[in-house]
Amino acid sequence: MSTTNGLIGQSVKRVEDKRFITGKGKYTDDIILPLQTYAAFVRSIYAHAKIINVDTTAASAMPGVVAIYTGADVADINGVPCGWQVNFKNGDTMKEPKHPLMVADKARHTGDAIAMVIAETREQAKDAAEAVIVDYEELPVVVNAAEAVKPGAPLVHDDVPNNMSFDWELGNPKAEVDEAMQKAEHITTLEFVNQRLVPNAIEPRSYIGSYDAANEKYTLYTSTQNPHLIRLLMCAFVLGIPEHKVRVVGPDVGGGFGSKIYHYTEEALVTWASKKINRPIKWTAERSESFLLDAHGRDHITKAEMGFDKDGNVLALRVKTFANLGAYLSTFGACVPTYLHGTLMQGLYTTPKINIDVTGVFTNTTAVDAYRGAGRPEATYILERLMDLAALEMNIDPAELRFKNFIPPFDGVNQPGYQTQVALQYDSGNYHGVLTTGLQMLGYADFRKQQKEAAQNGKLLGVGFSTYIEACGIAPSAVVGSLGARAGLYEVGQVRVQPTGKVSVFTGAHSHGQGHETTFAQVVADKLGIPMEDVEIIHGDSDSVAFGMGTYGSRSLAVGGSAIVKSIDKIVEKGKKIAAHKLEASADDIEFTAGKFTVKGTDKSIGFADIALTAYVPHVYPKDLEPGLDFSSFYDPANFTYPFGCHIAVVEVEKETGRVTLKRFIAVDDVGNIINPMIVEGQIHGGVIQGVGQALLEGAEYDDNGQLTTGSYMDYCMPRADDFPMIETATQVTPCPHNPLGVKGAGEAGAIGSTPAVVNAVIDALWSGGHKVKDIRMPLTSERVWKAMQGEVIIKN
Amino acid sequence: MQINVKVNGVDYHHDVEPRLLLVHYLRDTLRLTGTHVGCETSLCGSCTIHVNGKATKSCSLLAVQADGCEIKTIEGLASNGDLHPLQEGFKEMHGLQCGFCTPGIIMMAADFLGQVPDPSEEEIRYALKGNFCRCTGYHNIVKSIKHAAAKMKEGVTV
Repeated sequence: MSTTNGLIGQSVKRVEDKRFITGKGKYTDDIILPLQTYAAFVRSIYAHAKIINVDTTAASAMPGVVAIYTGADVADINGVPCGWQVNFKNGDTMKEPKHPLMVADKARHTGDAIAMVIAETREQAKDAAEAVIVDYEELPVVVNAAEAVKPGAPLVHDDVPNNMSFDWELGNPKAEVDEAMQKAEHITTLEFVNQRLVPNAIEPRSYIGSYDAANEKYTLYTSTQNPHLIRLLMCAFVLGIPEHKVRVVGPDVGGGFGSKIYHYTEEALVTWASKKINRPIKWTAERSESFLLDAHGRDHITKAEMGFDKDGNVLALRVKTFANLGAYLSTFGACVPTYLHGTLMQGLYTTPKINIDVTGVFTNTTAVDAYRGAGRPEATYILERLMDLAALEMNIDPAELRFKNFIPPFDGVNQPGYQTQVALQYDSGNYHGVLTTGLQMLGYADFRKQQKEAAQNGKLLGVGFSTYIEACGIAPSAVVGSLGARAGLYEVGQVRVQPTGKVSVFTGAHSHGQGHETTFAQVVADKLGIPMEDVEIIHGDSDSVAFGMGTYGSRSLAVGGSAIVKSIDKIVEKGKKIAAHKLEASADDIEFTAGKFTVKGTDKSIGFADIALTAYVPHVYPKDLEPGLDFSSFYDPANFTYPFGCHIAVVEVEKETGRVTLKRFIAVDDVGNIINPMIVEGQIHGGVIQGVGQALLEGAEYDDNGQLTTGSYMDYCMPRADDFPMIETATQVTPCPHNPLGVKGAGEAGAIGSTPAVVNAVIDALWSGGHKVKDIRMPLTSERVWKAMQGEVIIKN
Repeated sequence: MQINVKVNGVDYHHDVEPRLLLVHYLRDTLRLTGTHVGCETSLCGSCTIHVNGKATKSCSLLAVQADGCEIKTIEGLASNGDLHPLQEGFKEMHGLQCGFCTPGIIMMAADFLGQVPDPSEEEIRYALKGNFCRCTGYHNIVKSIKHAAAKMKEGVTV
């Protein structure tokens, strides 16, 4: 795309790095406010239990205790809300039981908060929390979504029959899909579990609530991805306190991956209680609390069928999913398995008939919500597993099968967008391109030769493909509103040119690793033709940034960046009027290039800084023009953006042990125009390893009593450096036709594309050795792969 | 209990609770918040510092155990305002995103490169096994450490 000073498109080193590499980052837990106290929570040790009595007498007398609050103290306060309404097929509204700040009557998952103990020190708070005595009456537990909807299953909420929050469908009518399926020559069927994951941002969640009695104003410091959204939810829906009397600050945040989007109960509790005790309160999660309480991801039980004609053309897709929502609806809990999942069922293919049916189910487990990719990895997993398996079953080359079924290239300008069967209209795409590049990088023909030779020598080599699409740039407010969103999803960007021509930019997006302070500065400096050092990006403080919806869904540059560009356009337009007055020309004759306002066809020009100074010292100035050079814009996108790509995994499976080694990983991604290739590549790397982690290593498991048996780093297998090779990346550029930067978003692509590629590769390796295995339950541990080779099928959740 | 420690070249004398973790002493008492707490169980490596020159996870040591020790944290790694080659390497090769795990990884790597000045990719990946990063997929961390090793070999002083 066009550039004035070469900044756009360059791998500029990150401006935020210096503070992090010198230990000067400021995360919430690094902040200590004067007179700060510490909170610790008493949490249910049972997954489902009546609370008979909570005795705080002994705890109250412990050293340093300032206050103790229990579920009864917050019973009259609203619960934390769900931000998205999903309807039953018959039009009924989803069941949305209260998610209380602390429970008074019964605990619905292990870790449900029963009491909050506030003390002078962290250790005193923990000591006193241990001295709170809770009498429980254990209740029967259900953890599996498919089990929970059966008659007679224990009820997580007494007023939600069959534990069913909603029963939803999307696409063509079922009868039409059934009819198309009947005409199929071949149907590939997969029944599988997309296992539950724990997001595991390395910074545990941390909050400080404080209250300034003199000004009647609250401040909440929070490790969040969206400070304004937290303020809105907490003020308007939970605590009922006036928004203009609440400042929410999201300082440096140590990773989010979705888990720090949501409004968590502890945020409201420390804010609420800070007024009660008139002192600041800090709570920082221990890692075991992070495992137990940060909203989890995935956890779908799915049956999917794809029907083909005799030539391998896809005729129909039918999907049934039970989505585990956990014990309560989290902020986007209802949206992830429906509108972020069902809407992706077209994939990259021309499938004419599609129906997806999703049942959202409460269980005695931690709430499930968006985790890197949020619904889109689950959708991609379905489609891409089906594609590779169908290719094996029909003995067609998996790349060939994809080429045959791809939607033809379209740029969204000269060719219209592609209308899917599942509500969305894709903006632009060239799916053939990314697969072609991927095959070249792989050396596909050679690989198949090597694979044959390896099989002859008793070695199992496999290749797996995944050609994915995602819907990002979330989102057009009117569209998501019609689909049940309870918020608009625009973004705000303010550009304040200072009198000397230096620029402060305020964005509602929030950086927690994405490098906005660099990428956004590149855009602004390039558009204004000034050095990057003259631009500062300010984010994360509701008192300085007008408003914002935050960072998730790979939206920051596509939506937040576009809002900033809108403001820059207004700056330039006003600058032209000022320049015209000074140069005694018409504003229409002024052009702005490379930091200069010039009278067209002449050498008469004025620099950007001079115009800025004139705007603030308006002595020689247009009569009807306001002084100052400071504009704010709201940008509400016209459509989602649709990044896509091709991921290819090569694995070796050790015959004797089932051990899987990832030999190569190739990622060809098309995220539209690229501002900073280094940052985009870094986003892809991180996403890929999270996705590969799901395929090979990670999985949250509950036992039948609802205890999280993978509640520590000793039990939950995090990806480590020695698990992987270097990742081979390439990019293709198909610009987004509907936003000013032509960008699509890169944050989630890696995690969306990679998981099925790896599982497909393992299945391919097994088939090469004659083991015609359809599925292995993720993560693909040696034991599971070995058992699969022995003919044992593991499908139990 | 009374402790005497030297942290980043400065002598400190404090009366601490016996159960105070070294990482909390550094963060809360000395306000050196570059050292982070990620898991409190010595698995994630975010709290890695140097104790008497050796990379050590400070969440698994009591402050009183550090009595008489010389400690270096991320804040003390640069000398005379010059970044350590590892700090340069992480910036140069985009070895960090959210930055939370970064100080611990840099401190681990500083000790590692002292022992293995010219490491292979495999050796670097093995050395990193006690440090989690959720953002980078480790790819650019490996490159950052390699970059630093090359610079240090060229004679850039530590």
